[in-house]
Amino acid sequence: MAEEKRIVLRNYGKIDPLSIDDYINAGGYKALEKARSMGQKEVIDEVKNSGLRGRGGAGFNAGTKWGFSYSTEADQKYVVCNADEGEPGTYKDRIIMENDPQSLLEGMAICGYAIGATKGFIYMRGEYPYVAEIVQKAIDQAKAKGVLGGFDIEIRLGAGAYVCGEETALIESIEGHRGEPRFKPPYPGVAGLWGKPTVVNNVETLANVPVIIEKGADWYKSIGAANYPGTKVFTLSGDVVNKTFFELPTDATIRDVVFGMGGGIVGGKKFKAVQIGGTSGGFIPESLLDTPVDFDSMAKIGATLGSGAVFVMDEDTDLIDVIERITKFFEHESCGKCTPCREGTKRMHEILQKVNGGNGTADDIALSEKLGKVMSRACLCGLGQAAPAPFLTTLEHFKADYDAKLV
Amino acid sequence: MADFKDIIKEYQHIPGGIIEAYNAIQKEYSYIPEDAIAVAAKAFKVSKAEAYGVASFYSYLKIGERGKNVIRICESAPCHIAGADEVIEALEKELGIKMGESTADGKFALEFAECVGQCQSTPVITINRKPYGDLTPEKIPAILAEYK
Ligand SMILES: Cc1cc2nc3c(=O)[nH]c(=O)nc-3n(C[C@H](O)[C@H](O)[C@H](O)COP(=O)(O)O)c2cc1C
Ligand code: FES
Repeated sequence: MAEEKRIVLRNYGKIDPLSIDDYINAGGYKALEKARSMGQKEVIDEVKNSGLRGRGGAGFNAGTKWGFSYSTEADQKYVVCNADEGEPGTYKDRIIMENDPQSLLEGMAICGYAIGATKGFIYMRGEYPYVAEIVQKAIDQAKAKGVLGGFDIEIRLGAGAYVCGEETALIESIEGHRGEPRFKPPYPGVAGLWGKPTVVNNVETLANVPVIIEKGADWYKSIGAANYPGTKVFTLSGDVVNKTFFELPTDATIRDVVFGMGGGIVGGKKFKAVQIGGTSGGFIPESLLDTPVDFDSMAKIGATLGSGAVFVMDEDTDLIDVIERITKFFEHESCGKCTPCREGTKRMHEILQKVNGGNGTADDIALSEKLGKVMSRACLCGLGQAAPAPFLTTLEHFKADYDAKLV
Repeated sequence: MADFKDIIKEYQHIPGGIIEAYNAIQKEYSYIPEDAIAVAAKAFKVSKAEAYGVASFYSYLKIGERGKNVIRICESAPCHIAGADEVIEALEKELGIKMGESTADGKFALEFAECVGQCQSTPVITINRKPYGDLTPEKIPAILAEYK
């Protein structure tokens, strides 16, 4: 069984999150100092070679992303931290920010130095005003100490919109607009916030950066899966014994997460399914539990690693009822900009309501399967593209559950 | 209570700060007074339609009156299977209103929410964005008493 390894959460429980001195005494801000003694390109190469891939869901190589902004000429560039954490079942960014806010700030400052940005924003979900207070105190302390040099960080609070976790919708929201995703390209790395080159990275991605600079790319690369190195912070919910967070090397398996660290199913019941990566993730049956959790292995089984949310369901769970609930989520959170998502999420919810209510037919299932396939290709952003995944994967792995409810 | 005009003034120098201003107004009022939309539009140099469009886009922003203490019940899947429905029933009964309504004395508003990031202790509600976890119908009266 895989054992916990804390890189992102290295200071968890060891320092007072509200004391920058604690952070500095634990070796904090040495990495920023080291980065500043290196060339910008050198810092980017170090991050690139470490193999660090985005922890926000898309799994893009962080150093490569920084490289786009570095090599785009502009009078102003920005570092944006995505702290929107909207995927149901996810609370890892909160745990990181509540317990070690300085390591996020240090990661942002290193990114700022590397790409040539003097300004950073943390886009924090509106649900987390109490986390924003902690991070604001950390920013004030870092400013007072002068550790950030000329790098300025500002928090912006969201107001309850899942789609604002999508990076271009997030940028729209910081600019004070409705959070509707933009057409890509151009990507934010080239033209993002107020049209300037902007790196958007997740909290967990950025919190990895100081350690990578301090210990080097080779050290990082040697941990976890070769194609998605390092660790991942998982947050457990549902019918699992240990409903809490763990940080595991990425070569752990789903079974390690659910039955190892997670302690298995509550009340000695049988396992039914696990949904990983948030509410847009695929449902995984028992037969696939030995799949490694890294990004690419999960993609191979038609699932996602996503945010690392792990939602466990026991044998008594009515999966069709859960899927109906999820389709309602997407109908509510669709921003309405593109037709396949606006209409598709609504119709999908309607059909699932019908099926869950015991009034659905095989034709309804066939229709929503077709609709789901269209949506996953035709929708403008990841919201609509991923929205059908819970339905499609349960249809694949748990067809009998649907059949039992059809007329 | 701070006037919404003063709150908007405080934020109008911030590029894109209209959402910050709306959040700050709600902290005072618990909602956005309708008149505040036109004032915000002027201050942030956007059309009234856009200022309204922004306020109506975000589910935590509410144009027009609602109860002072906003209770939100998370209905995302993890809270759903943990018994969010029973918590909703208990809240509706205790307050004598339905989801989406406010109490006649203006003290409480009941609203749905999606995941609030406290899924280690499902089911979860928030009151004025402060989370309360591991809820059962029995725990509701004592929590509400804090706000009465
Ligand atoms: C609908 C939708 C919601 C998203 N929500 C989040 C989120 O809450 N947090 C996050 O970091 N990334 C989220 N993403 C991914 C971001 O678009 C983006 O890929 C990420 O912030 C990049 O950072 P990373 O490379 O460090 O992961 C979301 C994407 C989509 C399509
Ligand atoms: S699912 Fe309800 S708090 Fe996360």
